[in-house]
Amino acid sequence: MVRAWRLYAAVAAGGFRRYATYRVATAAGVFTNTVFGLILAYTYIALWDERPGLGGYDQAQAVTYVWVGQGLLSVVAVMGGGFEDELIERIRTGDIAIDLYRPADLQAWWLAADAGRAAFQLLGRGVVPMVFGGLVFQLALPGDAGTWLAFLVAVVLGVLVSFAIRYLVALAAFWFMDGAGVQQLAVLAGLFFSGMTLPLNVFPGALGELARVLPWSALVQAPADVLLGERTGLALLRTYAFQAAWAVGLLAVGRLVQSAATRRVVVQGG
Amino acid sequence: MDTDFIRLDGVEKVFDVRKKTGFLRSERRQVRAVDSISFTVSRGEMVGYIGPNGAGKSTTIKMLTGILTPSGGRLRVAGIDPSRERTRLAQRIGVVFGQRTTLWWDLPLIDSYRLMHRMYRIPDARYAENLDRCVELLELGELLDVPVRQLSLGQRMRGDIAAALLHDPEVLYLDEPTIGLDVISKARVREFLRDLNAERGTTVLLTTHDLSDIEQLCRRVMVIDHGRLMYDGPLTGLHEIGESERTLVVDLERELPPIEVESARVVKVEGPRQWLAFPAAQSAAPLVARIAAEYPLVDLSVREPDIEAVISRMYAEKATS
Amino acid sequence: MADLREKPREPGEPREPRAGFEPVAGSRLVDGLRAYRLIAWMWIRSTMAYRASFAMTLFGNFAGTVLDFVAILLMFSRVDQLGGYSLGEVAFLYGLSSAAFGLADLTLGSMDRLGQRVRDGTLDTLLVRPAPVLAQVAADRFALRRLGRITQGLLVLGYALVVVDIEWTPAKVLLMPVMMVSGAAIFASVFVAGGAFQFVAQDASQVQNSFTYGGTTLLQYPPTVFAKDLVRGVTFVLPLAFVNWLPALYVLGLPYPLDLPRWTAFVSPLVAVVCCGLSGLAWRAGLRSYRSTGS
Repeated sequence: MVRAWRLYAAVAAGGFRRYATYRVATAAGVFTNTVFGLILAYTYIALWDERPGLGGYDQAQAVTYVWVGQGLLSVVAVMGGGFEDELIERIRTGDIAIDLYRPADLQAWWLAADAGRAAFQLLGRGVVPMVFGGLVFQLALPGDAGTWLAFLVAVVLGVLVSFAIRYLVALAAFWFMDGAGVQQLAVLAGLFFSGMTLPLNVFPGALGELARVLPWSALVQAPADVLLGERTGLALLRTYAFQAAWAVGLLAVGRLVQSAATRRVVVQGG
Repeated sequence: MDTDFIRLDGVEKVFDVRKKTGFLRSERRQVRAVDSISFTVSRGEMVGYIGPNGAGKSTTIKMLTGILTPSGGRLRVAGIDPSRERTRLAQRIGVVFGQRTTLWWDLPLIDSYRLMHRMYRIPDARYAENLDRCVELLELGELLDVPVRQLSLGQRMRGDIAAALLHDPEVLYLDEPTIGLDVISKARVREFLRDLNAERGTTVLLTTHDLSDIEQLCRRVMVIDHGRLMYDGPLTGLHEIGESERTLVVDLERELPPIEVESARVVKVEGPRQWLAFPAAQSAAPLVARIAAEYPLVDLSVREPDIEAVISRMYAEKATS
Repeated sequence: MADLREKPREPGEPREPRAGFEPVAGSRLVDGLRAYRLIAWMWIRSTMAYRASFAMTLFGNFAGTVLDFVAILLMFSRVDQLGGYSLGEVAFLYGLSSAAFGLADLTLGSMDRLGQRVRDGTLDTLLVRPAPVLAQVAADRFALRRLGRITQGLLVLGYALVVVDIEWTPAKVLLMPVMMVSGAAIFASVFVAGGAFQFVAQDASQVQNSFTYGGTTLLQYPPTVFAKDLVRGVTFVLPLAFVNWLPALYVLGLPYPLDLPRWTAFVSPLVAVVCCGLSGLAWRAGLRSYRSTGS
């Protein structure tokens, strides 16, 4: 048991280091997040000028939401770009058959690697856009450490849900010759339903109701609401429970699909 | 006859290399990848260009093909300055990168050839003739309609060589053309290159790690190391300098003390596996027979002398003489 | 050829080769377009090897851009105006920006893969071909699925033309196609300059995205939304404002964001030519630096 933990810790550390080596790519990513943050922040200001208090946010909260979103974009991998490209490649080339005979658990292995990646992205790509946003705009950031801590927990749960979704997307490559199509649809759903394009509480009526219960809302909307102080006490626990439920459920589905896929590999002769 | 069809006069290539020395600090350093190299190659020659990794081989090839601009010296291929007239030169040379296919992965092999036909503006009759010839000699007939991704490594290499020859290049550069190929594919590729050179008079320059490529194809070999030309002459001369040895790798049933046998010496022991060196010129058969008779043999293989070993011994010779 | 076999030769012995052929090459531009067409066609055929996947990505590309516009529709479900612009007017800007960008994306969308090609060394395989490298890189991974964005842009533009009341004059009618083509050319020059930058910084393809995707996102919203300095920047430094803002505001009869004369709407083609020239120079400098450093 202890040995397994140490193995996964090493895998996670490897994931962290691997992304840490791409310094130029990280800087370029931060630049992009900042540019998009700037554009979105101005459009949100115009929107909230027109309709103050829209979706329960004041203008400062809305602008803060933009920068939280840009900071989290790569952490919860809304646009993909994490482990799944590699996993899909291994499925396509058949190398996955080798992985299945490894002593480590396939899902746990990739989860550990992705956790390492997310930890790096949080530091490498999350902080700078937030700081930039704070310098240029009036942000509504919490002053107490407790809210920040609560936010971190929500981010961790968001990464779990994000991983579980992308794991399923990657496994689809067992059935489709080319995983690009499924991946693309997943990115679309992620961008729209995570609250990346527009906060979900601005979505009207039934669409809003639906968007808020889908798993993607655990990626950006939920952590952002926690940071903005919209979720405290019992509401905070409900948010956590919501995220955790999706994480557990989707990870479990991932295991089922994985064993079906494994049987498929074995039947095909690997 | 063009005796200086390819001509290099004191060609140099200097790179600026940045080395990380701290978190955000780095140090700039100049590396001479190619350090004043001069040689000529006649039309229709077939030359091996060898050296350890990072010696400057591929940098030279990249300058000869116009990919890189030399930092100094003068270089001409068929009278053309490669870096200045890259596209004009491209019409007259063929390049095969051993480890990178230029064929279209998802399309049938023939489609890649059709692209070459159009891109190089090869006259139709010439294209048909060259394609037929390549298909026949490289045995590509049944592969033409197969998507490239389904070809084996050896089949793909043959396909790549054909792709580089459809426009009748006067020079063919081959970078590790036999790397990773099985014995039969290697033999087929070599035979084809020999025919090409003999019948078409195509000048061939090849880099390789496999000395037997050179043994079977080239009368002349150039050795490059640390950016300098260390040797230029027949392969036999290189063998003499190097006194090369082959290696017999023996797997025994169990761990045993080093094998004692005439005309070979044990150079390494690792558990039940032992490495024996013997002169390259000597046949391995009697040696194998002797060992098989006296030791519990499980498996064995013969390794050809590798270039690194030959070159390092070449240095040792020079130092002592 | 049999006559050549008469005398057996030693391998590698010097000899006369067979005569070559002189290809008839056109100008560099014609050569480049020809190579572009040939390579693009190969990529189209390659994608067709996976038809289902192609259909899915085409749909995905279209759906993605549609959702992008849906976000604006959602905003307008809560407000009647954004920065003083009605939904139809924003749709007008959006459609023009999206279509012009889509056109550039279709023709040059794979420029952001250049850094990858430099890293793995496959750029070298393009340098030994008798065709301009820019044309070969531009045609790399040519993907018809990118028609999705153009389609969406034109649909949104069509919607805008229906709902917005425009007082058409011959000059305005003429300005529409001119704006579309110049806009695509300005975006194209951003793609090429971004490609040139990757010769220097191979991992920085994301920087290019901020100017291309970021640029089109910016132009989809009214200029009144943004800070004056930002608007000045995209007018005088990186002249994206000439893609649609200035000409579109002329057509709509709305005030310009900066104090510029009305005729500036018509200088888009000129701006496009200058941008293409500059990015061409940047590309040449980038390629020269690659060929001298090999990195």
